Amino acid sequence: MSSPILEARAICKSFAGVRALKGVSLAVHPGEVLAVIGENGAGKSTLMKILAGVQAPDTGDLLVDGVGRSIRSVQEALSLGIALIHQELNLAETLDVGANIFLGREPHRWGWIDAGRVSREARAVLGQVGLLVDPGTLVSTLTIGQQQLVEIAKALSVKARVLIMDEPTSSLSDHETQVLLRLIRELRAKGVAIIYISHRLGEVHGIADRVEVLRDGENAGHLSRSEISHAAMVKLMVGRELSQFYPHQTHPSGEVALEVRGLRTAAYPAHAVSFEIRAGEVVGMAGLVGAGRSELLQALFGVVPALAGTVRVAGVPVIAASPRDAMAAGLALVPEDRKHDGLFLEMGVRENLSIATLHRDQRVGFLNRTKERDLCAEMIPAMRIKTPNTEQPVQFLSGGNQQKVVIGKWLATRPRVFLLDEPTRGVDIGAKQEIYRLMEELAAKGVAVLFVSSDLEEILGMSDRVLVLHEGRLNGELSRSELSEEAVMRLATGGNHSTAVAAS
Amino acid sequence: MKKIFGILGLLIAVCLVTASLSDSFLSAYNVENVLRRSALFGILSIGVAFVIITGGIDLSLGSVVCLVGCALPWLLTVQHWPVPLALLAVVALSLGIGLFHGLLITKLRIQPFIVTLCGLLLYRGIARGFTADQTVGFGNEFKSLRLLATGKVPFFPGFDLPAPLLFLAVVAILAAVFLNRTIYGRYLLALGRNPQAATYSGISTQRMTILAYVVSSGLAGLGGVLFVLDVNSAQPVDFGSFYELYAIAAAVLGGCSLRGGEGSIVGVLVGAALMQVLRNMITLVTTRNNVEFAIIGAVILLGVVADELTRRIAAKRRAAQVLQGATAA
Repeated sequence: MSSPILEARAICKSFAGVRALKGVSLAVHPGEVLAVIGENGAGKSTLMKILAGVQAPDTGDLLVDGVGRSIRSVQEALSLGIALIHQELNLAETLDVGANIFLGREPHRWGWIDAGRVSREARAVLGQVGLLVDPGTLVSTLTIGQQQLVEIAKALSVKARVLIMDEPTSSLSDHETQVLLRLIRELRAKGVAIIYISHRLGEVHGIADRVEVLRDGENAGHLSRSEISHAAMVKLMVGRELSQFYPHQTHPSGEVALEVRGLRTAAYPAHAVSFEIRAGEVVGMAGLVGAGRSELLQALFGVVPALAGTVRVAGVPVIAASPRDAMAAGLALVPEDRKHDGLFLEMGVRENLSIATLHRDQRVGFLNRTKERDLCAEMIPAMRIKTPNTEQPVQFLSGGNQQKVVIGKWLATRPRVFLLDEPTRGVDIGAKQEIYRLMEELAAKGVAVLFVSSDLEEILGMSDRVLVLHEGRLNGELSRSELSEEAVMRLATGGNHSTAVAAS
Repeated sequence: MKKIFGILGLLIAVCLVTASLSDSFLSAYNVENVLRRSALFGILSIGVAFVIITGGIDLSLGSVVCLVGCALPWLLTVQHWPVPLALLAVVALSLGIGLFHGLLITKLRIQPFIVTLCGLLLYRGIARGFTADQTVGFGNEFKSLRLLATGKVPFFPGFDLPAPLLFLAVVAILAAVFLNRTIYGRYLLALGRNPQAATYSGISTQRMTILAYVVSSGLAGLGGVLFVLDVNSAQPVDFGSFYELYAIAAAVLGGCSLRGGEGSIVGVLVGAALMQVLRNMITLVTTRNNVEFAIIGAVILLGVVADELTRRIAAKRRAAQVLQGATAA
């Protein structure tokens, strides 16, 4: 085999004290498709950003054609022939396709953009990716899939020798996926090296020459072409000890507290989801990013309208057209993005804690200041919120304490059904454990708890039962006795229930 | 709170400077006059403060003042409507305008700037239309009605309080109680801070936003009535012209952030008074009224720059404290 065109050696990278990469190595050769897989948070995207110059590594070496290089910017990476197609689209929607393809390196003469050349060359690369639109088309009028192809065309136009694709198919239709996979094979035949990140193991199986598996920011192992199989990949992606970190106890479950029948969300209108949760149960909802978990919780809570379906809380039908309706029915939601959706950052702890219960505690429209003070006196010690006083703006609290404020605000509403979306994201380990303890206490009090998490350990550690979503579909349900990381991953990547349980 | 002290200090400083430069500043006549103007503009400023607190803006209120200010004498003297009916009509008109703005902003999601900018053009145009650009006024009639704005309440011998000050007092107390003591006031502030989190917390953000625009236009309507009763007649071409900017400037000087979520009624009142004292100073001290806008613009800019600088210094100090705490621990 030829020598590697791009090689990373012992790359380390930390963010705010969290080690995202702990000495990862990787090499890719010309004319090869290297698939990089791993769970959410394994460090794949971070590694790719480092290869493409978006972020700088803390330590470690990058070699291009065997020569050590420090790639400090996207421009440098491009000049070395390394192009990254981001997971999130990075197009200027209000510009046309041609302008996007040449953004930042427009062919020009005397300061004027050479429109003819833009159009000609854009047409050529668009033809390569099989996207037959005029370069003058506005990007905002294209479908997400077409926009993805524009991104790829953009990467082709720089004549990349190494093309890094971070989940390129996550928003593509089947047909568009097929076009893309054919294109990748063509590029490979021309000697381009391709690093391909995907959660879709089927695709990986179909296209990869080699698979590199990352886990917790480290190399977990690799598979050669002949070794690639669904089972082998899942085994490498998971497979670690479950710590004694989780205070889980089996709960005697009561009546059905939340019943969801045929719920359809705007994210996946084709799939109706049905499930029920009993009082005192802690149910985890697993799935890959983009599987439609958050959308489901948001529809339940009335943040976005559900397209169809019925929801009952303790047997009573609920039509949640707004969070207010959902609250009245006894639901609470701790949102995924606490800074954006959960907190009033400049306001104090007191005002944040009481905001959801002001309405209940009002005295004919007036604030009930006694109740508000009592609430702080109760919640701050109970939640162990570390704050100098009740008036401290929450923006000055740590992530964990901020999250406890959000949870406390919803505890105050005394919900029957507690929905949590990624409850421990960006939270330090101590606060994590306290959040787990709270979830346990809630269940013990007979509250039905449904939590979404991308942290498999957390799903396994905390759940009485796990619902697994795959591309908007409820792909399976695992009881505690059936639970294993392999089983969850199989269901989350589209496998069926019987093989998922049998394999583990 | 610190913000209010800063602006209050500026107000006192401007008062002292003016008093030292002009003998007539402290005369009973002038003080009454400044108080009357401050009260009228204070009412408008409180209205627009509600909108600014939600993170919006209302550019239309000068034109609402014009429309109401022209409609009232027109209805009374040209159409010969009875007084209560005419008052009811202008109240309904101004509240209706606010409702209209609020619905466009929340239901159609049109930006407040655009909606109220169109309102600014629309309402003045309508006023100029139905009056055919002719001055409308009360002439020598409706003296008792005009007392609402021109009347005086004996305060102590030789000095009376202008009637609009009483209106302002009522409006300010109601507004302050609403903002600080009711759950809806808290909702309004929360909505201005983070509309997304407000929605997630079960607040009907649309209703609160509409309410803010109704309050703004409603108080602009009240202001329009009092303004026209005060000066007796209105010229549709320029009646209430630039008033929205005086009101917005007063609210911002008084501590309302255009980012939303911040503001106190007391601050707005001080801001409104500062604007009027400045105008008064220019009239009394200089012989040139034409530099009025330049001076007002400069003072507002200075105030806002000073506020931003103190905020940065405070933030730095806080960061240093946190850092110290972290290294100590």
